[in-house]
Amino acid sequence: MHLPRKRKSSAFGDVLFFNVSRAFAALVLVTLAGIIVSLCYGAWPSIERFGPAFLIGSDWNPPAERFGALIPMYGTLITSIIALLIAVPVSFGIGLFLTELSPVWLRRPLGIAIELLAGIPSIVYGMWGLLVFAPIVSEYLQPFLTGTLGTIPGIGALFRGPPLGIGLLTAGIILAIMIIPFIASVMRDVFEVTPRMLKESAFGLGATTWEVVWCIVLPYTKVGVIGGIILGLGRALGETMAVTFVIGNNNVLDTISLYAPGNSITSALANEFAEAGEGMYSAALVELGLILFLITFVVLSLSKILLLRLAGHEGAQT
Amino acid sequence: MTEPRIPAAPEVQLSIRGLSFYYGNYQALKNITMDVYKARVTAFIGPSGCGKSTLLRALNRMYALYPEQRAEGKLLLDGKNLLDSDIDLNDLRARIGMVFQKPTPFPMSIYENIAFGVRLHESLTRAQMDDRVEWALRKAALWDEAKDKLSQSGMSLSGGQQQRLCIARGIAVHPEILLLDEPTSALDPISTAKIEELIHDLKQEFTIVIVTHNMQQAARVSDYTAYMYLGEVIEFGDTDDLFIAPKNKQTEDYITGRFG
Repeated sequence: MHLPRKRKSSAFGDVLFFNVSRAFAALVLVTLAGIIVSLCYGAWPSIERFGPAFLIGSDWNPPAERFGALIPMYGTLITSIIALLIAVPVSFGIGLFLTELSPVWLRRPLGIAIELLAGIPSIVYGMWGLLVFAPIVSEYLQPFLTGTLGTIPGIGALFRGPPLGIGLLTAGIILAIMIIPFIASVMRDVFEVTPRMLKESAFGLGATTWEVVWCIVLPYTKVGVIGGIILGLGRALGETMAVTFVIGNNNVLDTISLYAPGNSITSALANEFAEAGEGMYSAALVELGLILFLITFVVLSLSKILLLRLAGHEGAQT
Repeated sequence: MTEPRIPAAPEVQLSIRGLSFYYGNYQALKNITMDVYKARVTAFIGPSGCGKSTLLRALNRMYALYPEQRAEGKLLLDGKNLLDSDIDLNDLRARIGMVFQKPTPFPMSIYENIAFGVRLHESLTRAQMDDRVEWALRKAALWDEAKDKLSQSGMSLSGGQQQRLCIARGIAVHPEILLLDEPTSALDPISTAKIEELIHDLKQEFTIVIVTHNMQQAARVSDYTAYMYLGEVIEFGDTDDLFIAPKNKQTEDYITGRFG
């Protein structure tokens, strides 16, 4: 007769545990829905007035109450692309070095240094970027790029223009420095879980370290590697303080040069929210926030699709 | 014994001379001297930790991946010492292939699993590569099961098939010697029987060295057996002689199950 009673109490505990954890999980969805709804509500006057034209309008004129999101969207995307183009190869190199090439005694200090880099507050990056890095960029890097990449027909136009120091390129490089620790430490972690025997099998066929990493380790860990890149991209898209310091905060788009000062969604919000009163101005800013939210959502979805397609290429798995 | 099992005077393929091996300060192999004969199967047996896998991994210098491990002595293949520092490790490992305890298919298709190793050392046309892949899969007795799904992932095969894929991958680069490190320890009895049959066929063309914890397996598949204990080769000789009439008391205790 003891058994049923005992079962009853444990069943009650199970039910309680189940419901509590379900409530916590539901909290995520409720929060997400709440944010979307309140963003839409706040942005509604702007959505109603400008409609889809908001996305392609490059006019940002608060006194005249004319708003278009093109320039901040362009700035956000371009700086994030620059950041990824720099950060992904560098992080791959760091992850590769830490797992395959580095002497054992150097691995821990170097790994900790990378994690410390991730811990630096973004406003510090911003100040350093404005006061130290931007002058270096305008003095050395931009003239150098103009002389080399700038002479190439086509993409050369990206690297021509007055070397101001602050602008889209500088913001992209700062973002790259900020996201490298994230991508590199994820890459290191996933490279480390590659089974030793799998790597030895490839070495056993006479593969070099590079061939083992490129042909075996990278395909084996691709889900984790892409996850790390997406993590970095998400941070680059949403980064505010550092970008605000170095992007130039200029709502003009009359050149494709990466040297030009621009604006990103986050820096526009940070700079202008304080001065925006009730009404159309603040509604337009909230709509910018909604767009950033959607961009992030689309990027995450695309990465999921990419992962599914990669799994398809590898053939049926059982 | 109705027919002579082994023709007189087999040719030596690899000479191990005074080989010692160290994991840091710990000496795992002590002054080992023995020969590996061409187109024969040589088995290393012994209790866990006796150094049999270490010896196998010394033969293709797999240990060189780990800085704290080192070997001393001589491994003579075609008159050259494989432990010399000027030996090209990638070339060496193409000549001495290896299969591991667990199947380790690469994260790519069955075809690519085999083509990967071949491409490291040769540049073949598509047609030549197709032939090579088919040849290797036939040799590994996997062609009939895999020919219709060459583009599928190597992971989609069963465990025993995966291990035969690894053997196919190893022989596709035309090694002279194939090292098998407990190749059936993760497999079921039917898959094990297939691999053993395969070893028997492969020794026509390749010199095989196998580490096994299974004495019956050593007796079934090998021509020569080395019994190892605590980093030393206690007895090395013709497999039938060693199992039927061991000369050493320790060997006898081990193979009769009184020890180990």
